[in-house]
Amino acid sequence: MKPEDRSAPNLSRVYDVLVVGGGNAALCAAMTAREAGASVLLLESSPREFRGGNSRHTRNLRYFHDSGNWHLTGPYLEDEFWNDLLLVTKGQTNEDLARFAIRESKNIGMWMEQHGCRFQPAMRGTLHLARTNAFFLGGGKALMNAYYATAERLGVEILYEATAEDLEIREGLFTSAAFDHRGVRRTARARAVVLASGGYQANLEWLKQSWGPPAENFIIRGTPYDKGRMLRVMLDQGAQPVGDPRQGHAVAIDARAPKFDGGIVTRLDCVPFGIVVNRDARRFYDEGEEFWPKRYAIWGRLVAQQPDQIATCLIDSKSIDLFMPSVFPPIEAGSIRDMAARLKLDPAALDDTVQAFNAATRPGSFDPAALDGCATEGIEPAKSHWARPLDTPPFYAYPLRPGITFTYLSLTVNRRTQVIMQGGTPAENIFAAGEIMSGNILGQGYMAGFGMTIGTVFGRIAGKESVRYVVERLKRS
Amino acid sequence: MSSSVLKEADRVMTICNACRYCEGFCAVFPAMELRRTFTAADLKYFANLCHNCRGCYYACQYAPPHEFDLNVPKALGELRLETYAMFSWPSALKGMFRNNGWVVGLVAALSVAAVMLLTLLFKGHAAFFGAHTGAGAFYRVVPYAAILLPFTALGVFILVSLWKGVANLWRETGGQPLELRDLKAHRQAVWDVLRLRYLEGGGDGCNYPDERFSMVRRYFHHAVFYGFMLCLASTTIAFFYDHFLGWIAPYPFWSWPVVLGTAGGLALIAGSGGMLYLKKHMDRAPASVESFGMDIAFTALLFLTSLTGMAVLLFRETAAMGTLLTIHLGFVLGLFVSMPYGKFLHAVYRYAALVRHALEQGKGNREASKGNG
Repeated sequence: MKPEDRSAPNLSRVYDVLVVGGGNAALCAAMTAREAGASVLLLESSPREFRGGNSRHTRNLRYFHDSGNWHLTGPYLEDEFWNDLLLVTKGQTNEDLARFAIRESKNIGMWMEQHGCRFQPAMRGTLHLARTNAFFLGGGKALMNAYYATAERLGVEILYEATAEDLEIREGLFTSAAFDHRGVRRTARARAVVLASGGYQANLEWLKQSWGPPAENFIIRGTPYDKGRMLRVMLDQGAQPVGDPRQGHAVAIDARAPKFDGGIVTRLDCVPFGIVVNRDARRFYDEGEEFWPKRYAIWGRLVAQQPDQIATCLIDSKSIDLFMPSVFPPIEAGSIRDMAARLKLDPAALDDTVQAFNAATRPGSFDPAALDGCATEGIEPAKSHWARPLDTPPFYAYPLRPGITFTYLSLTVNRRTQVIMQGGTPAENIFAAGEIMSGNILGQGYMAGFGMTIGTVFGRIAGKESVRYVVERLKRS
Repeated sequence: MSSSVLKEADRVMTICNACRYCEGFCAVFPAMELRRTFTAADLKYFANLCHNCRGCYYACQYAPPHEFDLNVPKALGELRLETYAMFSWPSALKGMFRNNGWVVGLVAALSVAAVMLLTLLFKGHAAFFGAHTGAGAFYRVVPYAAILLPFTALGVFILVSLWKGVANLWRETGGQPLELRDLKAHRQAVWDVLRLRYLEGGGDGCNYPDERFSMVRRYFHHAVFYGFMLCLASTTIAFFYDHFLGWIAPYPFWSWPVVLGTAGGLALIAGSGGMLYLKKHMDRAPASVESFGMDIAFTALLFLTSLTGMAVLLFRETAAMGTLLTIHLGFVLGLFVSMPYGKFLHAVYRYAALVRHALEQGKGNREASKGNG
């Protein structure tokens, strides 16, 4: 028997609140509900070592604050926050719910610290976001460890390797959940349920339904446990979807990354400093269109659209020190033709592409810290900035594949986080928080640290509202 | 990269450098961030900079059973042990780092036996079993010269050996001799040592003995460190009394040597005993198992030295004094003899690494501000 199972939950009882999921939103809901006096059972599908869903790969959270503090360098007010969101989503958001989320995030760092979160002061690696985003000391897994410790201390009952598979819903009311616990099918009964079990980005079969066979070649950057089971169950039960099922947040990552759970270290920031070619050794998009943080999120889709969903970023020795080191060493070669041989590309085609690109570059003052106007002339696609000829060996190459971070398709919720069913009626005792409902607010794009904002804000609301429902129902009966 | 230990440290730090989530925990990660790739020298420096607080292990999204199998405290701990053998002087004795626990244990046992045997040989068993009181009582058991001369010689040897070891580390990790004169860096390093800044884990302590954050190890280490310093002060004052003022030991209870020695001894007993207790109960997953023997032998020797020292004080008026004094001096001898070939090295190597860290962070920040300006 593993130590965490010593206090095995009593499944013959009816819990006040059942929380499905074990990431940030789930824990915020569980702690809040328990603090309000409810009995809480939390089902986490992963083993203890991998608990925390995608939250274990996060590093920071963005929240509304009037003034700086010891870990934030200045104020971040509602309107700026809202405008930032509008910019990344291009309007694909529910303004009422989004503004509500932003307002509810005000000074949320304090609540987090009270529940065990430890922030770190702005440091070398975090300065660019230090005003708007609070960084967790040690990252998201450290935060999850702290939350689990707090939840346990509060008396939340936690079951690992417990995968919810189905929900029993009678006349619109949730009554119980069937789950698999290490191969045994069991049932948990509760007066209310909070669904905080994430999106379906780790479900390749589902991804293939929207993306077709190319999805087979996608790498899943986060947890392998987000299969979208609760999302599927609720949609089948008639919940109202929101968010484009054909969209996911995908970036170009190192093709040598593990299929799941590679996290942050597989990202590559070299694209603006070189050229990117596909399987046929052809360029296909402007590598220097904008600063990398503003463009990295389109490259997942760009690579996904190439044959075999593979591409290669090529730089020369002038640029090797200009970006964050990544986990896998670059492929190195003394000439473009050697490089083509190593990459199994057509040497003549790659040579042509590089020569054409080099011929199109113009002298200018290269500056990686500015939109430097070093642009190509007379080539398609153009490279708008940082275009320098690839002429100084050794040459370096990084293979790229689409790495999917999360999916947008979600359950529609109201401000109380109740799941909205077809026809617009809210399910009275079914609440949703975190990635499973993030599509209400984040219909497109992404903004650093905002997934954790959504999880924390709506996790807390789901915890509170589920207890409110339980109390009102007990009063009525 | 020659050894598999170096290769593992290189693999681990390369992954860390692409992540950097742990940069708030300690000095190792900011030092890592100044580099894109690592030389053997860099890795040896990181190994000695690591305080083994284990914060990065429990926070790591890539810790086992993840396929990246990252275990920074273990990888750096194993390399640290290798660097002790590499840097220590004279290098002919580096074999002492293999099975260091047994070696140090043996040295201690032999030292105790030697002191007792010599006492018996030269002073007879009256020295052991007679009651000795009044001025010069200790020296009637073990003569003054028999204490002073060997320990002075040993002290000089230890200082030379430690200095050579630090010089080796400094050179091998890419330091310039002149850099050691940077007083600002020394000031920073001394302050980091005095407060044990890198066992604070960013505020709540380190993950020791298990996953929970705790200051208990830092407090025990403080007790050992300051206890050791108090004992050193006590001995120095006693030496001064004896040599320059002609006051012969034993000293009355309310004298500086005894008050400082008592406080120091009690702190050492509590600190080293606490460290041993924690070690026994710690989570071994992030630990370098190869270092256990060395860690335990040194800490146990500190514990036994201070325990017998306190026993001498407690029973100095009785017939047991002679026996206790010889045992105590035996442990002190063992501690001194094993000092350059055991866990004590961490004190000087860690200090040197902290000086280096202060130097390069100062430089890094100056360059960064130049860049931004």
